[in-house]
Amino acid sequence: MLRHIAPITLVAALSLPLPALADPDPADWGAVLSEARGQTVFWNAWGGDPRINAFIEQVGDMLEDRHGVRLTHVRLADTADAVTRVVAERSAGRDSGGAVDVIWINGANFVSMKDNDLLFGPFAEALPNWRYVDTEANPAVLTDFTVPVDGLGAPWAMFRMVFEYDSAAVSEPPRSLDALRNWIAANPGRFTYPQPPDFLGTSFLKQAMWGLVDDPAVLMGPTDAVDYDAVTAPLWAYLDEITPNLWRQGRAYPANEPALGQLLADGEIDIGFAFNPGRASAAIADGELPGTIRTFVFEQGTLGNSSYLSIPYNAANKAGALVLANLILDPEVQALAQDPDVLGFQTVLGMHLLDNEDRARFEALELGIATLPPQDMGIALDEPHPSWMTQLAEDWVTRYGIAD
Amino acid sequence: MTLELDRITIARDGAPLVSLSARIEPGQVLTLMGPSGCGKSTLLAAIIGALPPVFALSGRILLEGRDVTALPIEHRRIGILFQEATLFPHLSVAGNLAFAQPRRTPDRGARIDEALAEAGLEGFGPRDPATLSGGQRARVALMRTLLAEPRALLLDEPFSGLDTDRRARIRDFVFQRARERGLPVLLVTHDAEDARAAGGHVLGVDGLETDL
Amino acid sequence: MPVRATTGARPPGAVALFPPLTVLLLAGPVLAGVAGVLLPAFGFMPALGGHALSLDPWRALWAWPGLAAAVRLSVVTGLAATAISLAITLLIVAAWHGTRSFALVTRALSPLLSLPHAAAAFGLAFLIAPSGWIARALSPWATGWDRPPDFLSVNDPAGLALIAGLVIKEIPFLLLMTLAALGQVDATRSALVARTMGYGRVSGWMKAVAPRVYAQIRLPVFAVLAYSMSVVDVALILGPTRPPTLAVQIVDWMNRPDLSHRFTAAAGAALQLALVVGILALWFAGERLAGALGRCWATGGARGRRLDPVLRPLALVLAGISAGAVFLGLAGLAIWSVAGMWRFPDLIPESFSLRHWQGQARGLGAAVQVTALIGVASTLAALVLAVGCLEREFRIRRPTDRRLSALIYLPLIVPQVAFLPGLTTLALVAGVGGTVAAVAVAHLVFVLPYVFLALSDPWRAWDTRCATVGHSLGAGPNRVLWAIRLPMLTRALLIAAAVGFATSVAQYLPTLLVGAGRVATLTTEAVALAASGNRRLIGVWAVMQMALPFTVFALALGLPALIFARRRGMAP
Repeated sequence: MLRHIAPITLVAALSLPLPALADPDPADWGAVLSEARGQTVFWNAWGGDPRINAFIEQVGDMLEDRHGVRLTHVRLADTADAVTRVVAERSAGRDSGGAVDVIWINGANFVSMKDNDLLFGPFAEALPNWRYVDTEANPAVLTDFTVPVDGLGAPWAMFRMVFEYDSAAVSEPPRSLDALRNWIAANPGRFTYPQPPDFLGTSFLKQAMWGLVDDPAVLMGPTDAVDYDAVTAPLWAYLDEITPNLWRQGRAYPANEPALGQLLADGEIDIGFAFNPGRASAAIADGELPGTIRTFVFEQGTLGNSSYLSIPYNAANKAGALVLANLILDPEVQALAQDPDVLGFQTVLGMHLLDNEDRARFEALELGIATLPPQDMGIALDEPHPSWMTQLAEDWVTRYGIAD
Repeated sequence: MTLELDRITIARDGAPLVSLSARIEPGQVLTLMGPSGCGKSTLLAAIIGALPPVFALSGRILLEGRDVTALPIEHRRIGILFQEATLFPHLSVAGNLAFAQPRRTPDRGARIDEALAEAGLEGFGPRDPATLSGGQRARVALMRTLLAEPRALLLDEPFSGLDTDRRARIRDFVFQRARERGLPVLLVTHDAEDARAAGGHVLGVDGLETDL
Repeated sequence: MPVRATTGARPPGAVALFPPLTVLLLAGPVLAGVAGVLLPAFGFMPALGGHALSLDPWRALWAWPGLAAAVRLSVVTGLAATAISLAITLLIVAAWHGTRSFALVTRALSPLLSLPHAAAAFGLAFLIAPSGWIARALSPWATGWDRPPDFLSVNDPAGLALIAGLVIKEIPFLLLMTLAALGQVDATRSALVARTMGYGRVSGWMKAVAPRVYAQIRLPVFAVLAYSMSVVDVALILGPTRPPTLAVQIVDWMNRPDLSHRFTAAAGAALQLALVVGILALWFAGERLAGALGRCWATGGARGRRLDPVLRPLALVLAGISAGAVFLGLAGLAIWSVAGMWRFPDLIPESFSLRHWQGQARGLGAAVQVTALIGVASTLAALVLAVGCLEREFRIRRPTDRRLSALIYLPLIVPQVAFLPGLTTLALVAGVGGTVAAVAVAHLVFVLPYVFLALSDPWRAWDTRCATVGHSLGAGPNRVLWAIRLPMLTRALLIAAAVGFATSVAQYLPTLLVGAGRVATLTTEAVALAASGNRRLIGVWAVMQMALPFTVFALALGLPALIFARRRGMAP
C-alpha cells in the first residue's frame, strides 16, 4: 500500500546518530503509558485515500480516549517525503525532537531507514499486543521485501495485489501474464498501470518479473548479484509489446492507485489492480465503482507484503508512538481495519491466538460483493529484494518515462 | 491677530512665481487676484505649510508677530477653506466638527450644536455630508475651520462652486464670522465680485495693487 | 535661502524604518534562498556532505534523459501562456472598454482573482478530460461514445492543457492590472480622440492607448511569465508527465530519500532561474521589436474599422470561454464533491451523498483554521508594512525610489522553485522549519507584493487636501493617518487584505517546503489529493479552497457598504 520508492543510498557523510538518553523502554509498559499521556503523535502516512484518512482519524479518537495521547495525521503525498525529512533533520544535527514520530512504511523506504540507523528499536516484539500476531501463518511480518524487520517496525496489515475488472465488459478475465498480453492486444486502450516509480506501478513490473523469470530465486537477492540485463530482457520485451495498446497508447499513465481506480470507475479502462483485496467492494459500497466490478488473481499467485509502523531514531514523542503501534495491533482495531466497509485490510493477527469475544469480531465481518474468499486468493508471492524495485523503476523511466 | 507676509518669494526651478509682501490686520480681508495657474494657490499652500517640495520658498510668514515659517501645518493654527468643501466623507456632519475641536474643549457636543445653529443648520449633526447642498457644505466647512480656533483664515476660491444667489449669502456669512472673531483673512479668487465684496486691498501675485 | 521646513514634507519619524524593513523581509529570503540553491548547485553544502565546489550536480542534471524536453516545456509553456493571456486581455479591453458588456465581463472575471490556481486547474481538468463534462455533454448523441474516448487531453505531452489552465487564471489578473492602469494614462479620452479621427475601436485603442497601458503593466506581465515558466501545482495537475516540467522534476528530486538528489535539484533550480532570466531578456527584446513594428503600424494611418465586426465578438467569445471554463470547472468540482455513482456519459450523478463532506469535516476544519491563521497573520503584517512604506512616501512628499518598487516584485519574478529549497534548508538549520510562524513569514514574501499592488494606487489617488485640511485643523500626521486617511481608505484596505489573504491561501510550495509537511493548509492537502485522482475528494477540498478566499472577498466588499451605509461619499 505504500507509494513510491526511490533510489536509496544515503550519503556516506552521515554519521551514526547517538540514541537519545531517556528513550522509553517498551518492556516497562506502565512507564511508557504514563510518559505517553499528554503527548501529540505525528503519524506520517500517505493521505490520498479518504477511507484510510477516516480510519486514522478513528484510531486517533481511540488513542486519546484510552491513553490520553493525541494523534495528528501528517498526510503525505509520498512516503519518501517522511524519510527525506528524517534524513534532512539528521543532516541539520537534530538528533532529538524530530518532526516525524511514526511512519507507515515498508519496502525500500524501510530498508533505507534501517540500513542508515534511522529507526528506533527494536520495539515491535516487546509490545503487549505482539502476542496476538501470527508469525507462523504470516512470515512476511518478520521479513519485509526479503529484509529481516528485526523488531524495528510493528506489522499491522497484510496486502495482496488483486486485479479488478468490469464483469460487464470482460467475460473471462486474463488469469496469467500471457493471457493479459493477449487480452490487451484484443482490447487496445483498456488497460494501463500507474507510472513508475509509483509503488503500485513498479509492483506491476515486479509481478511481471515473477511470471517472466525462469528461476524466481534471483529476485530474492540484490540486482547486482545477477546478470541484470539478461534477467530483465523478457520484461522489456513484454512491455514493448503491450505499450502501443495501453490506455492513451502509453503516452500518459495514471499517477497512482487511486488514479488507476478512477479510470476504472469512469469506464476508461476495463482492468485495473490494487494492493488491497477489499478495495473494490468498499468502493462499490460507497457508490464509487460500478456494481459490476469483480476481482481476480493470477493462477501463479500475486505479490503479497505487509505494512509496518516504524519510529524514527529522533522522534520527539517515542512513548506516544509506541502506544499507537500497540493500539494498532489491538484486536478491536484490527477487526475495524479488516471490515470491508472501513478499509478491508487483511489482519496480521492469528485467530487461534484471540479470545472468543475478539474472534467473534472477525467472524462477524462480511466479505464484500467483489472480494475473493480466502480459498480463491491463491498464493502470495514474495516481494523481490528492494533493489529490484529501485532498479526496475529507474530503467522504466529511462525507457518509457520520456516521450519520444 | 495679524498675518504678515514678509518678502515672500516662491520659485520653481529658479524661476520666481510669486513675490509679495503684505500685512493683514485683524478682521480685515486681503484679496489676491489673478488668472488660474498664476500661483495663487501655491502661495496659500506656502502659508499653511503644505508647499510641495518642487517649490522653493524664501521670506517669512509672521502670525501675531511670531515667525511660523518653519512650523508644520498643524502647529500654525491657520485655517483654510477650499472650493470643494472637503468634508471628510466617512464622518457625519457632527463628526467633522468634532474632529476640529481641540482635545480639551469643554462641552464638545453643546458647542457643535451652537456652531450648527450659528450656521442655520440646527439638527444637521447626524447627517451624511454627501447629502448636503453646496451652500450647506460650505457653511459646515467654515464652522469646522472656526471650531479649530485658528488665528488666521485663508480662502481658496471657496465660493466659485456656488450659484450667484447663494454665493453672495455664503460670502457675507464667511466674512461676518471672520470679522466677529477678529481673524485676518486672505482671499484668493479670480472673481472681481468676490474681491469687491471683501472690501479690502486687492493684490496680484507680483505684490502690486490691482484695480478692479 | 529657501527655508526647507516650510515645504509640506516632514520628517517621517518611525515610518522611515518601514522601507528598509520591507526590503529586508522581501529581498532577504529571496537572496538567501538563491544563495542556498546556488551553493549546492556547485556541490557545496557541508550539511549534506558537499565540502568542495564541483560540477557533479550539473553532470547529474545533464545525465537526466528528460532534461531537454523539460526545459523546452518550461520555456514554451511560459511564453505561450503569457503571450496568449496578454493578447486576450488587451483584446477584451480594446474591444469593449467603456461599454456595459465590459462592466459585465470585468465583474465576471474579477472574483476569479481570489481563486487558487490549483482549484482552477482541477476544474479545468475535469472539464476537458475524456470522461469530463464536455465529453459527457456531447455523448452519446453527438459523438457516439458510450465510453470515454481514448485521447490525451489532460497531461498532454505538448503541455496544451497546462497552458490553458494558466491562461484562464492569468487573464483575470492581467485584466485587473490593466483596469488600474487605464486611469493613469487617460485612456478614455485618448481612445475617444482616436475614434473621432475615424479609427476603429480596436485598432484605435491598440494604437493610441495600448503602448502606454503596457508600460504600466510590464511588471505584472513579467510576473506572469516567470510564474508560468516555473509553476509547480498547476503543472502537477495539468502538465505532462513524461517528462514533467523542469519545476516539477526539481520538486521530485527535492523529495527523494536519497539526499544526493538534493544537489541535482539545486542545479535544476539554478537552471530554472537562468531560464527565467534568459526568457525575460528575450521578452525585453521582443518588446523592442514589437514597439518598433507597432510604431510603424500606428503611424501608417490605417483606420482598421473593418476589424471591429470580427475582433469585438471574438474578444467576447474568448472572455466567455475563459470565464466559462473556470466557472463550469468549479461547478463540476462542487457536484463531484456530493456525487454518489456517476458513470459516463451521464451529465449529472445518479445519486448524491454528503459522505465525503462528513468524512472530511474534521480535517477540513483543522486545515481551515491553519490556513486562516497563516493568511490573517501574513496579511496583517503585509498591510502594516505596505501602509508604513506608503505613508513614509507621503510624509516626505517624494515618490518611493524606483529601485525599491522593483524590489517589491522580486519574489514574484524569481521562481519559487529557485529559492524556496534554499530557504527551506536555512529554516531547518535555524530550527524553525515546520512551524506555523515560519510558514507565515514565508507567505509574507508573496503576500506583501500583492497587497502593495492592490493598495498603492488607491492610496496615492487619495485627495491629499483632506490631509491638508486635517493638519490645518490642528491634527498631527498620526491623527490624520488614523482618523482620516485609513478610515477613508477602508474599502481599499479591505480589498488589499482580501487579495493578500487569497494569495496566502493559494501558496503551495512555500507551505509544503518551509512547513516541512507538518503545516497542513487547504492547498497543500488539496494538491496532495490531486495525485489520487479521487474527484469527489478533490471536489470537497477544492470547493473549500475557493470558498475561504471568496468569503473573505465578499466580506471585503460587503463590510464597507455596511459600515458606511449612511455615508454616500464613501460609495465606490
